[in-house]
Amino acid sequence: MFLINCPFCGEREQSEFKAGGEAHIVRPKQPTELSDDQWAEYLFMRKNIKGIQFERWNHIHGCRKWFNMVRDTSNDEIKAVYKMGEKPPVK
Amino acid sequence: MTKNLRVKSSKLVDETYRISFKFNGTTYYGFKGDTLASALLANNIHLVGRSFKYHRPRGIMTAGSEEPNAIVQLHNGTSRTEPNVRATEIEIYEGLVASSQNCWPSVKFDIGGINNFLSPLLPAGFYYKTFMWPASFWEKYEYFIRKSAGLGKSPDVPDPDIYEHKYIHCDVLVIGAGISGIIAAKTAAKNGFKTLLVEEKSYLGGSTIYQDSEFFKINNQNSASWLEKEINEIKKIENLEIKTRTSVAAFHGYNFLLARENLTDHLPLEQRENKTRQRLLKIRAKKVITATGSIERPLIFDNNDRPGILLSSAIKKYADLFGVACGEKNILFTNNDSAYETAISLIQKGIKVQAIIDNREEIDSKLIKETEKNNIKIYKGYTIVDTFGYKRINSVSIMKLSKDGQKVIGSKENISCDSLGISGGWTPAVHLFTQSGGKLKFRDDDQVFIPNTYPSNQISIGSCNGDFTLDEILINAPKLLKEFLNIKKTEYENIEIYSAFNKSKRNIWLLPSYKIVGKTKSFVDFQNDATAKDIKLALREGFRSIEHVKRYTTTGMGTDQGKLGNMHALGIISETASSKMGELGTTTFRPPYTPLTFGAIVGRNVGKYFDITRKTPIHEWHVENKAEFENVGQWKRAWYYPQNGENMHEAVQRESKAARDSAGILDASTLGKIDIQGTDASEFLNRVYTNAWSKLEIGKCRYGLMLNEDGMVYDDGVTTRLDENHYIMTTTTGGAATVLGKLEDYLQTEWPELDVYLTSVTDHYATISVCGPNSKKIIQKVIPEIDLSDKDFPHMSFKNSKIGKIKCRVMRISFTGEQSYEINIQANYAKSVWENCMEAGKEFNITPYGTETMHLLRAEKGFIIAGQDTDATMTPIDLQMDWIVSKKKFDFIGKRSLYRSDTIREDRKQLVGLITDNPEEILEEGAQIVADMNKTPIEMLGHVTSSYFSPNLKKSIALGVVKGGKNMMGQKLIIPMEKKQINVTVTDPVFLDKENKRLNA
Repeated sequence: MFLINCPFCGEREQSEFKAGGEAHIVRPKQPTELSDDQWAEYLFMRKNIKGIQFERWNHIHGCRKWFNMVRDTSNDEIKAVYKMGEKPPVK
Repeated sequence: MTKNLRVKSSKLVDETYRISFKFNGTTYYGFKGDTLASALLANNIHLVGRSFKYHRPRGIMTAGSEEPNAIVQLHNGTSRTEPNVRATEIEIYEGLVASSQNCWPSVKFDIGGINNFLSPLLPAGFYYKTFMWPASFWEKYEYFIRKSAGLGKSPDVPDPDIYEHKYIHCDVLVIGAGISGIIAAKTAAKNGFKTLLVEEKSYLGGSTIYQDSEFFKINNQNSASWLEKEINEIKKIENLEIKTRTSVAAFHGYNFLLARENLTDHLPLEQRENKTRQRLLKIRAKKVITATGSIERPLIFDNNDRPGILLSSAIKKYADLFGVACGEKNILFTNNDSAYETAISLIQKGIKVQAIIDNREEIDSKLIKETEKNNIKIYKGYTIVDTFGYKRINSVSIMKLSKDGQKVIGSKENISCDSLGISGGWTPAVHLFTQSGGKLKFRDDDQVFIPNTYPSNQISIGSCNGDFTLDEILINAPKLLKEFLNIKKTEYENIEIYSAFNKSKRNIWLLPSYKIVGKTKSFVDFQNDATAKDIKLALREGFRSIEHVKRYTTTGMGTDQGKLGNMHALGIISETASSKMGELGTTTFRPPYTPLTFGAIVGRNVGKYFDITRKTPIHEWHVENKAEFENVGQWKRAWYYPQNGENMHEAVQRESKAARDSAGILDASTLGKIDIQGTDASEFLNRVYTNAWSKLEIGKCRYGLMLNEDGMVYDDGVTTRLDENHYIMTTTTGGAATVLGKLEDYLQTEWPELDVYLTSVTDHYATISVCGPNSKKIIQKVIPEIDLSDKDFPHMSFKNSKIGKIKCRVMRISFTGEQSYEINIQANYAKSVWENCMEAGKEFNITPYGTETMHLLRAEKGFIIAGQDTDATMTPIDLQMDWIVSKKKFDFIGKRSLYRSDTIREDRKQLVGLITDNPEEILEEGAQIVADMNKTPIEMLGHVTSSYFSPNLKKSIALGVVKGGKNMMGQKLIIPMEKKQINVTVTDPVFLDKENKRLNA
């Protein structure tokens, strides 16, 4: 079970958090202008990689804030956490 | 016949304290400190169980948690009965009652033993191959398989014991208190780390604590006395906590571990009352030092499973630690020096060693020389090829091994015995290490897997790290500790060590026999009766992956998880398939390391503490008025209020009729309520609901539908504009938390620029809904100051008001189609306001109704329930609710998805009404809907989502989803049931008052 460093609260047990899927997928500003394929790309397509992955997490049983995490899915190492809107601190 | 095989008093056993216990109905005696296994062995009892598949007699084989055979049922027939308890782990106490498992009628005469003679008919994969056909017979097969394969009985009454969970945070966790663990704990604690040392046994010191021999010395003392001093020292260290009888079950990522601490299992029953039996420790350690030791390997030869055959190290332990001889004529069979340690211990205690059979040729070993000095015959370069004795071993056959170890040569020789100790070298206990995600490497020299890469801040030391001898441990462990704890030196730098152990080993995974493999029973997994023959068969049938071979042969799938034989299975596979051990990998070691009780897993979360129960502030009134309750998420909601012995149907018919004819009252407090404030609140609602919100006047209410981004209906409810920048949103009871979560998600991540604040107020306000033609009169009596005229207070509007001095909000909204008012009031006043309403409504026969009537009333009006009439595939268009989808709005969540190629299909499932030809016939919710019964296969058009008998319409009504249903008005369809077909007609989903006249009636 992870020990997650919430950017607002500090280190907490994973059981306080909820995973929210891939990060940095921006909702299109003008959905009506998109083709079915383009909209489907936004709506359905998610990466599932072995290695460095950017993820959204929510401190649901804590401050309720969403934030981003960089995690190596091959060994579950959390490389970094950062607030929404911030640039990822690692590549 | 029982005889006493107690040879000498020992450290662990207190011979002044006698304990009586029962095994298979007979009373025996042991001493305080005995395990059930040591006490049985002292009474010369080896036969304790029957094997799983062939029902072969089996005896105690080990002295620890790796035991495959000696698993027993405790406290037979009581509420505390427990199956699959290892006799080698349970400490005896006054009143212990245990019995053998997997045998009938008794362990000595077991009818299932016939399987042993039928074994040619029971190859690997037998069950898979045999019980496949015919498929419909599976249930019958299963009954007999389960009956004959019983692994104990579970209790059928609640567990009377108390269990709890405890969180522990420490700097350093040391797992295992053998010599390595003691050194590690002392070093860590003395260097200021807050340290926890856990040990699964009742005593500290592991196998070194009884290594009372001049052949193993530390600083010129024998190793046991040296270690005893260390143990006495660590007991005094303040920042070191020691927990015995505590077994680590799981080692998860980020150094999170679960351990089970046994607190009362060793106490006499009467001393256990009101005490916590077991504690599940949830440990988060900054650093973990694994010192779990190693497990002796058996040797794999024909009939290696008879009662009386034990691991050589177990025989030594029973003699040294418990003062028990496993037999009077012992033979030891080995491929390494360990058996000679056993021999020397036995000689010291006057226990006869008949012979030693050693796979190795001449070896220069001090231990062998010492053994020879005592005139014990050693057969060098020999192997056992067979054993004899059904319920207890009585002799062995031996033959000379060929040079390459692949064959036996010469002639057979028989030696009699009553106990056989086997030693195939040692396997590091890396289970916990690999659970944590650690990767192993294979060491060819002595054919062991040892830790290679660590996924977290941890190390393995001692024999679980492949350092098996005293000198290796005391040289390597301090080095590793210095680096791991980042300290300059340890107190073990200039220590003098003497170990007579010669490390040579002759590893042969499957020992040769004069018989062909197919004619032998060389057990690899003792508990599951998997033999070398089975593994070879699996390979012949094409299995290659160790994970597949494991499942096909069931090797390693018992309650012991193959702690003894897994390495041999790997070895046999690699030899047969000519692959390298290191490349095969191992099967996955999964938690728990040793079985956990359900009690420990659930802790205090049993009975009413199993889950949270949410009750409305009016709950007590519902209870007093005999409501039946329904679970909605965690909420208890009043379902219906039966009177004079009514059943549900009768109560609901009465309640529904009263609500339309005069007045009904509903506790709607469970609906989710979200307070929304901020200058962008209107814009926010525009984006999350399908309809437009900017122009909603202050004091007005509006129904809204919320979609997922994929266009599917997610939740619905009425939202009221309380002020310019202040709304209160209601959600479905079950959806409250997820809706709030979703709204927060969009606010924080997609639209952080919006000035909007969300607060859940579900628990703060109670909601009382009064509906029916007389509702206005009742509300007027309860709140005299409010103007309820239709002009001043029309449908879908809201007013602030007061009941006495208490502020409340009144909404005129309706989920029943009747004129209806909802009073929202601070929760703690709710019960008294409810009672006011009941009092005021008496003259109008006000009738409390529950969720079932609510569902019926809304179905009459064709109002959907999100989650009942919708699943995650229904768009608002599918629901025939096009009217609520704004065409003008630029965007809202889910909008773009409403005209994807899939969502605009005409033949999607759409919500329709269904009227049965026979008005008395009530459809079953979930029933399939078809058009043509003659088509094969019959095409399923949809299913019934809601169905009731309407007392107001005096006929059966139903809602359902049907492919292309919108264009099927008036069409006849069929609901095929098990014994009949029901004819229905497709209609509009609104059955009652299409013109909405009743809202203002």
